Amino acid sequence: MLDLINVSYDTQIPNNVGLSSDKKVLKALEKWHPGYINWWNDLIPQKFQESMVYLRTAVSVDPKGWAKFDYVKMPEYRWGVLLAPQVDGRTIPCGEHKGQPAWQEVPGEYRNLMKRLIVIQGDTEPGSVEQQRFLGLTAPSLYDMRNLFQVNVEEGRHLWAMVYLLQKYFGRDGREEADDMLRRSSGSEEAPRMLGAFNEETPDWLSFFMFTYFTDRDGKMQLESLAQSGFDPLSRTCRFMLTEEAHHMFVGETGVGRTIERTCQVMNENGITDPYDTNKIRDLGVIDLPTIQKKLNLHYTLSLDLFGQEVSTNAANAFNAGIKGRYQENRIDDDHMLTNDTYVVWDMVDGQAVQREVPALTAINMRLRDDYTRDAAGGVGRWNKIIAKAGIEFELKLPHESFNRKIGVFAGHNFDPDGKVVSGAEYDAGLPKWLPTHADGDFIQSLMKPVTEPGKYAGWINPPKVGIDNKPGDFEYVKLHMA
Amino acid sequence: MTKLIDFQTDPSKYRHWRVEYDGPVANLIMDVDENAGLFDGYQLKLNSYDLGVDIELADVVQRMRFEHPEVKVVVMKSGKEKVFCAGANIRMLGGAAHSHKVNFCKFTNETRNTFEAAEADSGQKYVAAVKGACAGGGYELALACNHIMLTDDSASSVALPEVPLLAVLPGTGGLTRVTDKRKVRRDRADIFCTIEEGVRGKRAQDWRLVDEVISNAKFDAAVEERAKEFAAASTKADVEKGIELTPLQREIGADGSVTYSLVEVAVDRDARTATITLHGPEEDAPADMAAFTEQGAQAYMLRLARELDDAFLHLRLNEMELGLLVLRTQGDPEKFLAHEALLLNNADHWLANEVLHYWKRILKRVDVTSRSMVALVEHGSCFAGILAELLFSVDRSYMMEDEFEGDNRPLATVTLSEANFGRMPMGNDLTRLETRFLGEPESVEKAKAAIGEALEAEDADELGLVTEILDDIDWEDEIRIFMEERASFSPDAMTGMEANLRFAGPETMETRIFGRLTAWQNWIFNRPNAVGAEGALQRYGTGVRGKYNMERV
Repeated sequence: MLDLINVSYDTQIPNNVGLSSDKKVLKALEKWHPGYINWWNDLIPQKFQESMVYLRTAVSVDPKGWAKFDYVKMPEYRWGVLLAPQVDGRTIPCGEHKGQPAWQEVPGEYRNLMKRLIVIQGDTEPGSVEQQRFLGLTAPSLYDMRNLFQVNVEEGRHLWAMVYLLQKYFGRDGREEADDMLRRSSGSEEAPRMLGAFNEETPDWLSFFMFTYFTDRDGKMQLESLAQSGFDPLSRTCRFMLTEEAHHMFVGETGVGRTIERTCQVMNENGITDPYDTNKIRDLGVIDLPTIQKKLNLHYTLSLDLFGQEVSTNAANAFNAGIKGRYQENRIDDDHMLTNDTYVVWDMVDGQAVQREVPALTAINMRLRDDYTRDAAGGVGRWNKIIAKAGIEFELKLPHESFNRKIGVFAGHNFDPDGKVVSGAEYDAGLPKWLPTHADGDFIQSLMKPVTEPGKYAGWINPPKVGIDNKPGDFEYVKLHMA
Repeated sequence: MTKLIDFQTDPSKYRHWRVEYDGPVANLIMDVDENAGLFDGYQLKLNSYDLGVDIELADVVQRMRFEHPEVKVVVMKSGKEKVFCAGANIRMLGGAAHSHKVNFCKFTNETRNTFEAAEADSGQKYVAAVKGACAGGGYELALACNHIMLTDDSASSVALPEVPLLAVLPGTGGLTRVTDKRKVRRDRADIFCTIEEGVRGKRAQDWRLVDEVISNAKFDAAVEERAKEFAAASTKADVEKGIELTPLQREIGADGSVTYSLVEVAVDRDARTATITLHGPEEDAPADMAAFTEQGAQAYMLRLARELDDAFLHLRLNEMELGLLVLRTQGDPEKFLAHEALLLNNADHWLANEVLHYWKRILKRVDVTSRSMVALVEHGSCFAGILAELLFSVDRSYMMEDEFEGDNRPLATVTLSEANFGRMPMGNDLTRLETRFLGEPESVEKAKAAIGEALEAEDADELGLVTEILDDIDWEDEIRIFMEERASFSPDAMTGMEANLRFAGPETMETRIFGRLTAWQNWIFNRPNAVGAEGALQRYGTGVRGKYNMERV
């Protein structure tokens, strides 16, 4: 077990920020760390705490150090504080300070705005771990279980990264905010996580894959925009986090892909050509494609809500202050200040969705969401290739962005997944076809039986093409602790 | 903003508030309809408010006292998730004329004062149950409640972000209540007022920004329980049934004149003058409070109050260029005093109490109206008791002396009553006569000795109750010259001068709130740093920060 009294932070916490010589941060971390370990211990079921998991640990930021694989017990995972290397002469990429040297310390005038962005980002990291805490019990394979835990410990590390920034740069307020990250909890009535999508349950593995594909991709986009920050430590932190975030989306995309692949395979083996022959397909113990589409509809739209209001003062302020940029800001060909630019956003006029131009500065959220949608469409295309290759006539698609929205201009209006305004009655009638029903949930839940034998997979999902760290198919990714 | 703003409403017309009555406890729920702003060009998002929202609140508070005297505790809460109230709508403020902003703030202040005083005046205690963001004017709503409960969900906070966000000050007494009412230490208040996100949880309680911080899971139950406790501890007498505040009879003429049943407003646009005439009662006073209650909103003393109140609000918000208000009365002073006496003699009757407090509030409303005001005590007038109080509220008063040729109305008199000696305090907590005679307290005593005497001009002048007395020869000319002169001065200088002169003597929280409003807020709201093309208020929402002239003035 970790010795919490005599932590050698340079060995226990891989870091490239000189942690052991930074008295201020050390003092803060010493107080925070036990709470974090308690949070972790209370969260993950005990038998997994004791299990040896084949995990990737980042011990430094150079290509050799950021992916060290070995067996480790999760509570002893070495959560590192790692910032991407400093770029010489980096300047603020956007907004009214564009071209000035990037800040190495927090500018007082933006302290609160910056702190709020970091807190919101930080709050999502432990949130998803909380949402996924019981999934280990129903993992379809040791391979998947290991991927879940990898995602979990890395979200934990991302929390560390945000907490480090808060404690290092934001004084007493920052320390309090760091404590509150451990106080809030997903779905809690007492103190819920800040964003709605992180208070929803992740009840089954298909949800987990959809979550890592769609919702972690929101995280990626937010990190991408923070990686453009004029506040250099934030930028460097987020750039390094992005290298890990890619794996989460890989877990999501391949997880959904393997599920689809299995469904198509079983349909073909049994001569079923109609993807809507739901009962027959389900009787064979695989998840029918229309249900996968419903799950997709749900997670995509929940994730769109995470981008906030289409027209947002806060986002405009943050961009103009140079605290966050747009997706791939440096590749965009404009003045990076958006002085007179406009951007097209959705709005509701007399109950109809219309597009209109607004000052681009106020549409930063909308633009990032559009980038997100383009980014998210890629994997959907690859899933469709799997279906097409199997010769089944079915196409998954992203619903229109007006469907099932709780935040932004579409909230409170009834749209179908094609973006058509429908009556309340039509909406009620359509919902069972558009979003997962409780019955769908029951069915998926009935498939969630753990498979813990190395190299074996639950019947509703195919094995991966390649193992983690190029390990062979029967590799024991998790050595389960048998109590 | 040329649309006529109507201060009359009723529950059937509410768009932004609803009230759930549960015996002695009423839940007052703010649920602003974002598409029902008073003007075009903004949406009332996140429970933000404009004057329309506040007119409804004022109506709720007023009806709570008259129509629901059974209520002892009012719990103010939000009907929206994650936000209690985001304060005054910024886009509305950004788009509004300066005069509208100031009068909007003044009205909202009066409404805050009204429900704040409801506990002391009527035994109705307002409690704020804060869940979600409570910022700016939202926190000021809570501050005016007499008990603030905040949920501890590690996200809900109270905040006054005006300075860092908008480069203006909280407009409804926020700063003053933080130090004077909540007694927050000044250095902590300094921190609190400069951080956008405000203060939450335990610190909010430690700093006395709220009274209680309660765990989120237990919050609703705790609020309910506290409301019940407050209701049980209330000393307010049980009243079975209130009276209905029926719609006012009011006609607005094409020339801008307004005619009520007892109040008339005549408008002379060239002279930028409105003349308000109050009529005395025709009928005898009701025999007792039972008869008064039976008459309800039609009872003379209440009807006159409501009409006068509405007339002042109308003039303030809809007639900005009428810089001089002339107050007249006509009627039988004795009859008026008989009506007044019924209330004074039964002041412990709930309805008499409410009507008297209502008159107190109206007189305060007159005190803080930033128009030049003059009272003309003419023959046939009835400046008696409460109506005489108007003489001490206005900037100057002129009284007719002796008979006027061709005028057969009864000679002008002023009659004091008990009402002039304590029941109708000003914001500074002194009576108007005490304020008037700040340097000569013995004059208050002399005036008191004259209670009930119908004082003719010379006597009234002797007692210092009027500015000047004028006879038939001088009256017309002197009045004309005064009015022409007054209308020619800079309205800004008048507003400042009058506000300075009206409130002699000690400061109270109330005078500080209005004083700071007219001075600091007026000034800041006019400076380019806030409202210039590059000012923070204009730029709010664009993403571009306000550009400040850094010179300290």
